[in-house]
Amino acid sequence: MSLLHWAILAPFILAAFVPFVRKKAPSIHTGWFVFVLPVVLFVSFLQYLPVTMNNDSVSKTVSWIPSLGIDFTAYVDGLSLLFVLLITGIGALVVLYSTYYLSKTKESLQHFYVYLLMFMGAMLGVVLSDNVITLYMFWELTSISSFLLIAYWFDRDRSRYGAMKSMLITVFGGLMMLGGFAVLSIMGGTFSIRELAAQAPELNNHPLFLLAMILILLGAFTKSAQFPFYIWLPDAMEAPTPVSAYLHSATMVKAGIYLVARFSPIFAFSSYWFWIVGAVGLFTMVWASFNAVKQTDLKGILAFSTVSQLGLIMCLLGVSSAALYFDSLDDNLYTAAVIAAVFHLINHATFKGSLFMVVGIIDHETGTRDIRRLGGLMSLMPVTFTLSVIGAFSMAGLPPFNGFLSKEMFFLSMVQLTELNLFQLETWGMLLPVLAWIGSVFTFIYSIILVFNVFGGKFQPEKLEKKPHEAPAGMLISPIVLAALVILFGLFPNLLSYSLIQPAAASIVPSIIPAGDQLYVNIYFWHGITVELLMTIGVVAVGIVLYKFLPKWIGLYDYFPGKVTLNQFYNSSLYVAERGSNSLTKAYMTGFIRSYLVYIFAFFIAILGFTMWAKNAFRFDASNTAPIGFYEAGLLVVLCISIVTILMAKSRLTSIIALGAVGYSVSLFFVIFRAPDLALTQLVIETVSTALFLLCFYHLPKLYRHEEKIGFQIGNAIIAAGVGIIVTLIGISAHSTKLFSSINEYYIENTYSKAGGENMVNVILVDFRGFDTLFEISVLSVAALGIYGLIKLRMEKGGEQHENK
Amino acid sequence: MKTNDVIFQTVAKVVFFMIIFFAVRIFFAGHYYPGGGFVGGLLTSGAIVLLLLAFDMKTVKKGLPIDFKCLIGLGLLFGAGTAAGSLLFNVPFFTHAYDYFQLPLFGKTSLHTAMLFDLGVYFVVIGVTMTIIQTIGESE
Repeated sequence: MSLLHWAILAPFILAAFVPFVRKKAPSIHTGWFVFVLPVVLFVSFLQYLPVTMNNDSVSKTVSWIPSLGIDFTAYVDGLSLLFVLLITGIGALVVLYSTYYLSKTKESLQHFYVYLLMFMGAMLGVVLSDNVITLYMFWELTSISSFLLIAYWFDRDRSRYGAMKSMLITVFGGLMMLGGFAVLSIMGGTFSIRELAAQAPELNNHPLFLLAMILILLGAFTKSAQFPFYIWLPDAMEAPTPVSAYLHSATMVKAGIYLVARFSPIFAFSSYWFWIVGAVGLFTMVWASFNAVKQTDLKGILAFSTVSQLGLIMCLLGVSSAALYFDSLDDNLYTAAVIAAVFHLINHATFKGSLFMVVGIIDHETGTRDIRRLGGLMSLMPVTFTLSVIGAFSMAGLPPFNGFLSKEMFFLSMVQLTELNLFQLETWGMLLPVLAWIGSVFTFIYSIILVFNVFGGKFQPEKLEKKPHEAPAGMLISPIVLAALVILFGLFPNLLSYSLIQPAAASIVPSIIPAGDQLYVNIYFWHGITVELLMTIGVVAVGIVLYKFLPKWIGLYDYFPGKVTLNQFYNSSLYVAERGSNSLTKAYMTGFIRSYLVYIFAFFIAILGFTMWAKNAFRFDASNTAPIGFYEAGLLVVLCISIVTILMAKSRLTSIIALGAVGYSVSLFFVIFRAPDLALTQLVIETVSTALFLLCFYHLPKLYRHEEKIGFQIGNAIIAAGVGIIVTLIGISAHSTKLFSSINEYYIENTYSKAGGENMVNVILVDFRGFDTLFEISVLSVAALGIYGLIKLRMEKGGEQHENK
Repeated sequence: MKTNDVIFQTVAKVVFFMIIFFAVRIFFAGHYYPGGGFVGGLLTSGAIVLLLLAFDMKTVKKGLPIDFKCLIGLGLLFGAGTAAGSLLFNVPFFTHAYDYFQLPLFGKTSLHTAMLFDLGVYFVVIGVTMTIIQTIGESE
């Protein structure tokens, strides 16, 4: 176990101690104890920066299940390090924020921090694992801890609904992803991602390639809330705001992004990858930004905006595969997409985290998140207002914030794609920048709504539950840090270029970088009148106009039928699945033994009949049969008459007597066929069982004692006839195809010489095959004790034991 | 209604011993002629049932103070014990041994451990049938 492994496991270990800390030191907010860990992890992971900046990597392996090739391999490269720093950095800020956000006395903090630490450890495991099985394990742990965190206030209906929805969708995706991993490791013969990436060209030609890709992408799309799986994210907003800030904006939803980026070296050579990832991402971006505008809940807006921004990053990752088709770095314009994706990933984590915290503050200080009840808070909460302006303007893509730079790069790469002649882009290429532009317009509108509908306009104190005032300083620290980063990265983007962006981009598209060379990150090329700048100006102009006339066209949303939304589809498909399986089970589990016997016998006939037919197994061979004597024929007639009497008898007594007749005729058969032991036993047993039948008959309840014939049912008759015919046919075939001679010669020879007896039946029973007899007498004993128990131990209605009288 | 079935009772007393002797005969002859523990046990319990029919349950219990459930256990012990006994002589489970002996009254006789096993079967069968019949007879 190296330090790297301990770093991944540290949050889990600390989580085990949190309840004790909470109990022993209830006067100190538990968050402070937790706060130390992400800070320490953040600082210690900073030490890997020099390593990754040289495009080197660190890999440490601990054997987990070596016989299956499953190891716990921790692997740090540019991409992992970027995510680790996001997770630990924003994790520290979120823990700090939560110590002020969650009440020390009212909330069950031990649960909150245990879940949060579990999540943090799982997330570190996801981004640092090189083994797909380990990755999957941590992946599901993030789903589980996210489920627990969403349902933190479990006494609320909406929380439980949101938690279950996110669980169902993300676990569905996780299982698909596991399938994809399995397919991929079968193709490549290894579980290690690096080894798989090394054989990417062979994998590309494998017939299972597309299957593996789609399954893994399903996992990524469900986790990262891409269309049509984004529906869980708005409902996950029922979680406490620190959770929304951490999980549902900065880290967990980026696990899908990480997965796509991590598997780019394997899949990105395929045009399917380009189109699926690119198109889904772009469509998600436009669709979610369009839907964000109509939300009235602040966290609802932020949820849709997260979906939209994730779509943007996903789209950039998809189109970055274009870069792989140009060998030389010098004239390769398409690396811009990769750089834009990584850059926007960082930017989004900073501004969205701060926005969520700001919304949490507004909720905390006014008691509502509904924008229809908020307004005019600018002068009351100046710091919060400043922070939300920074975050929202960065999200809208306005200078001088970092969102502006990444949005410019997004436009740039979209525009550049139209000049590409790959992937049939000449027909559909023009759509890409147009859609991107439309999405950005809507992004601009909802960002403006976020600021001006809350802080601008008229103050409406009568609609608020509390008297609003500025948040305590401690609560503001985290969003201030994040907002400061927004400005810092906006003004000095090259702080990141070679420390984080370049190594991460190099891990996503490693094959374009020749050995010893470096990817050239040209973020500071943002000034100058270019197409993308004109597009941004267009976004602002159109966005302002649309925002001004928002009340005029907001009614447009009402034209979208509420019946055909994805949420409606999700709810009704759950309902249909539950109802459908319920009624299906009810339809065949009737509760009548009669129906179950029908199924059993029908299946019996079908499977045996089919086998006989399919294997052409029917044989008839009369050469080996004995002649039929007079006694046999006579007894057979008696037997048949008795059996028919049982079926036709009106009274049960007649049936019992006829059954006795059947038994005695069988014992006569034994006499004829020279089996004296069997005849003796059969005679006595038949007598006993007839007596028991008579006993049962005597005790029948008077109420139901109808003397009537068995009703005739054609279905039963067919099944009975079928069983009879099948068994007869099998008997005849079996008799006609005897392959070996019997082993009875051995018994005949050795009964006296080896076992010292002359009654061969008895010698077989007690000597040659005595084992069977031993357990047959055990069966008899169990039956007798069972009868004794059934009769003697009668429970009374109240459940009290009825003792022996 | 109390009936006077003196003939039945007297006959039963005589026939009981005839059946018992027949059962014992069948049990011991099992290795050479039709019969054995199973039929012997059934016939023995048939004889006891005859007593149950002729007299009432209390009388029979007084005459035969046996707990038939214990007889089941005893029978199983005999069966499993005979089978396991062979392990003591370092031969596989369930290996029987037999030999011929010159006994005083019987002359040359074969003694066979299979007989002990059969005795187990015999006890179990008596125990099982009598437990069932007694239990059902006693219940209301």
